Amino acid sequence: MITAHDITKTFNAGKPNEFSAVRGVSLTIDFHRATVLKGPSGSGKTTLLSIVGCMARPTAGRIFLGNREITSLPERFLTEIRRRTFGFIFQQFNLIRGLTVLENVMAPAYPTGEKFPVLRKRAQEYLDLFDLGSKAASKIEWLSGGEAQRVAIARALINNPSIIIADEPTAHLDSKLSHEFMAIMRRLKADGKTIVLASHDPIVYDSDLADSVIEMRDGQLTSTGSLP
Amino acid sequence: MSNVIERQRHIIDFTLSSLLRRKGKNSALLAVYTLIIFILASVLFFSHALRSEAGLVLRDTPEIIVQRTMTGRYQPIPLAYAGKIGDIRGVISVRPRLWGYYYDANFLANYTLVVPGENPPEPGTIDIGSGISKLREAYPGDTIGFTGFDGKPRDYVIRKVVSDESQLVSADLILISEADYRSLSGIPANQAIDLVLKVRNPKEYTTIAEKIRRLLPDTRPIIRNEILRTYDAVFSWRSGLVIVIFSAAALAFVIFAWDKATGLSAEERKEIGILKAIGWETSDILQMKFWEGLAVSLTAFLLGVILAYCHVFFASSFIFAPVLKGWSTLYPQFKLAPIINFGHVAAIFFLTVVPYTITTIIPSWRAATIDPDAVMR
Amino acid sequence: MILHPSILALFISSLLISLMVLYSTAYGIQILRRWDIASGSELQLGLERRTYLVSTIVAYFLAFQLVSLFMFIYTADSICHLFVGAMCAVGTLTVNQFGYPTLVLKIITFLLAGLWLILNHADNQGFDYPLIRTKYRLLVVMAPIILAETTLQGIYFLGLRPDIITSCCGSLFSPASRGIATEVINAPPLPMLTVFYLSTSVTFASGLWFYLRGRGGALFAALSVVQFVVALTAVISVISLYVYQMPSHHCPFCILQCEYYYVGYPIYIAILTAATTGMGAGWLSHYRGIASLREALPGLQRNLTLTALVSLALMAAISAAYTLLTSFTLR
Repeated sequence: MITAHDITKTFNAGKPNEFSAVRGVSLTIDFHRATVLKGPSGSGKTTLLSIVGCMARPTAGRIFLGNREITSLPERFLTEIRRRTFGFIFQQFNLIRGLTVLENVMAPAYPTGEKFPVLRKRAQEYLDLFDLGSKAASKIEWLSGGEAQRVAIARALINNPSIIIADEPTAHLDSKLSHEFMAIMRRLKADGKTIVLASHDPIVYDSDLADSVIEMRDGQLTSTGSLP
Repeated sequence: MSNVIERQRHIIDFTLSSLLRRKGKNSALLAVYTLIIFILASVLFFSHALRSEAGLVLRDTPEIIVQRTMTGRYQPIPLAYAGKIGDIRGVISVRPRLWGYYYDANFLANYTLVVPGENPPEPGTIDIGSGISKLREAYPGDTIGFTGFDGKPRDYVIRKVVSDESQLVSADLILISEADYRSLSGIPANQAIDLVLKVRNPKEYTTIAEKIRRLLPDTRPIIRNEILRTYDAVFSWRSGLVIVIFSAAALAFVIFAWDKATGLSAEERKEIGILKAIGWETSDILQMKFWEGLAVSLTAFLLGVILAYCHVFFASSFIFAPVLKGWSTLYPQFKLAPIINFGHVAAIFFLTVVPYTITTIIPSWRAATIDPDAVMR
Repeated sequence: MILHPSILALFISSLLISLMVLYSTAYGIQILRRWDIASGSELQLGLERRTYLVSTIVAYFLAFQLVSLFMFIYTADSICHLFVGAMCAVGTLTVNQFGYPTLVLKIITFLLAGLWLILNHADNQGFDYPLIRTKYRLLVVMAPIILAETTLQGIYFLGLRPDIITSCCGSLFSPASRGIATEVINAPPLPMLTVFYLSTSVTFASGLWFYLRGRGGALFAALSVVQFVVALTAVISVISLYVYQMPSHHCPFCILQCEYYYVGYPIYIAILTAATTGMGAGWLSHYRGIASLREALPGLQRNLTLTALVSLALMAAISAAYTLLTSFTLR
């Protein structure tokens, strides 16, 4: 599991606009389970996610991925761990414009130096998995919202990570697509992946997928409950 | 190891596609970069080719020339001196030379008058260079007139037009007999303009020059190597001067490049943020920026150098030949032999690509250290 | 000063890159004072980001210095005819007393930059930046040497004045008796050749032992330094004689010219590479004890040693080819 002890993240320390996005947060995220971070915007969910997902370092506190402490790891190690272990799905999808769908899906794997044909094949397989096989060569500007989201999910999976992190995944989706998204998450969890979602959408936090819901407000936890 | 190579290939791939995606901004940069290299390369190629050409010509200058000076001014030298110099050990031969300049006021042109050592024209006839022939529309068989030192006109029949082999030397040449020369210029029969010596042993140049000076204190011996060195220094100086001026343009270019590099558009910023968020490290982005810089620099360099080569050697440097050559109404149409000095190519590289690369180090680094966190919001 | 394009180019680009190194050293000092890997403060994150800038600058400096080293020699060679008595770069470099010191400093800064980059690479393998202080202390040592080199080079160039005709006096006032060296100090040829082969073999053996057994790093580093000096002396004293096929032509720079098939370049590059990688590989042994490097260091050292061995072999092969296979002989 991922354990966080007393995590604090402060921006602009020492300046008049000093601001703590996350204050003294301690939590545990179990592997092979789905955890939901619930809270309004500005509550620090995104910051906490980026710390848990090895994208940022906490200003204070300690964080462990399994047995390994990752608090003070230099960026290159952190990135390597992140690449291997985590798959990110962003709120705005953040696909790279000008590239094709296939190139977008392959992009996270470029720095690993994996052989191009192998990588390509795997990317194509994921696209096929999400019914996007025929769109592999399309530019992403031409995709619909649902298609873009599935590309984002395929991209998150390209390095075969064991943990999927999604930040407000349903924010730009209608209910139908939101439910589709949750269905995909269910599939992934059934495959043994760990899911971490941040959302203030009831479709997400009220769904039966969530094993544990953690509430946040103003950078602090207000409850860490496991649902029965 | 193959892993490392594959990673580079992926990054290069991505870099090239990213460059092509932003054609507008990159083409502006490429155009200015190429222009700078083109100008610098043209100047260096041109002056080097001129210098080589001059060097070839100067190779045939006499080993030692003896002139006479009075209070630092150049004077005709008495023929009697030739005898005394001929007696110095090591001197094979002494030949007096008669030559000078003739200013043609009607055509605003300067000609060079020479009495050749071999095959001089008959008195009353002259050979002229192709430049003069064209300027005064005078051809073999025609009569051409010049004004002598006493203001009286003299006519000469043109025997032939000097062949074009080395235009640099012959375009403004008039070959004339000794008698006609003395009559035209007023130089008395017992004097010459200077003396040229042939020496047995090149190591003796300095010794012989010393002896001449001791023997004839009002003379000035000039050794060929000194002429070559001086010409070289002047050429270098001239092209160096251009480079100093060029640095102003280079500075402007560098500022422009800096601006382009630091002024990452919001979209570029986002793209890098996304790359970092999905798993690219800072060093991967730095590599990307490196390949980007290399691609732009190499393209600009090759293009600029090739265009400069064509400009100088095929198009006769039409853009700035007038500035570099000087002024005259009489100019040889010579095609320069295409010689490139590798040292100049390296110098061009050091004066353009190195400053460009250095300027982009910090902006590239700034780009590479963009916080992926920012992209999450 | 002679406004020759190559001189201006070297002058300006050396100046620029030295300024960059100076700039990065300023940050290096800040890193030395405030570095704290355990802290997650913004200052620390900023410093970590800065290390990328510093290593990029030093990497560019290394590449630049290698090219500038050869460019310097090439330029000196191409302007030798401007000085009475100078036959090649050797003559040009003795026109004033700053020529050879500049060359020596260029070589030293190249070696130091190479060592720094090796240290940097090793440091990056450890998850707690174990060598950071050593690295930046080395940078602080390097910076003044780099500045000195640029300054000396500048003074050297500024002091060059071609021997050209002055208006009244012509040749007799050229300082022909300037005392321009036509030869470099050299050692007796045949003994030197033996010393060279001996030193190469011993260094090679030490490297091989280190490669296979992983012990004796410090010895290998020391031998690499000795080998560097021996190899350079050998090139000047004896190997160049075989290349030129003349018993008295000791010039170390003419072997870089096209008449001799540019063989000087592989020779000198091999010597420089062997020295840098050998010293680096050996020096790293000092840090074997550090926990975070335990895994990565041996592999890195082996790669470096292999590079050193290959360079040594290359150098030996080229020398052997000239000394044994040509018909010229000194005996």
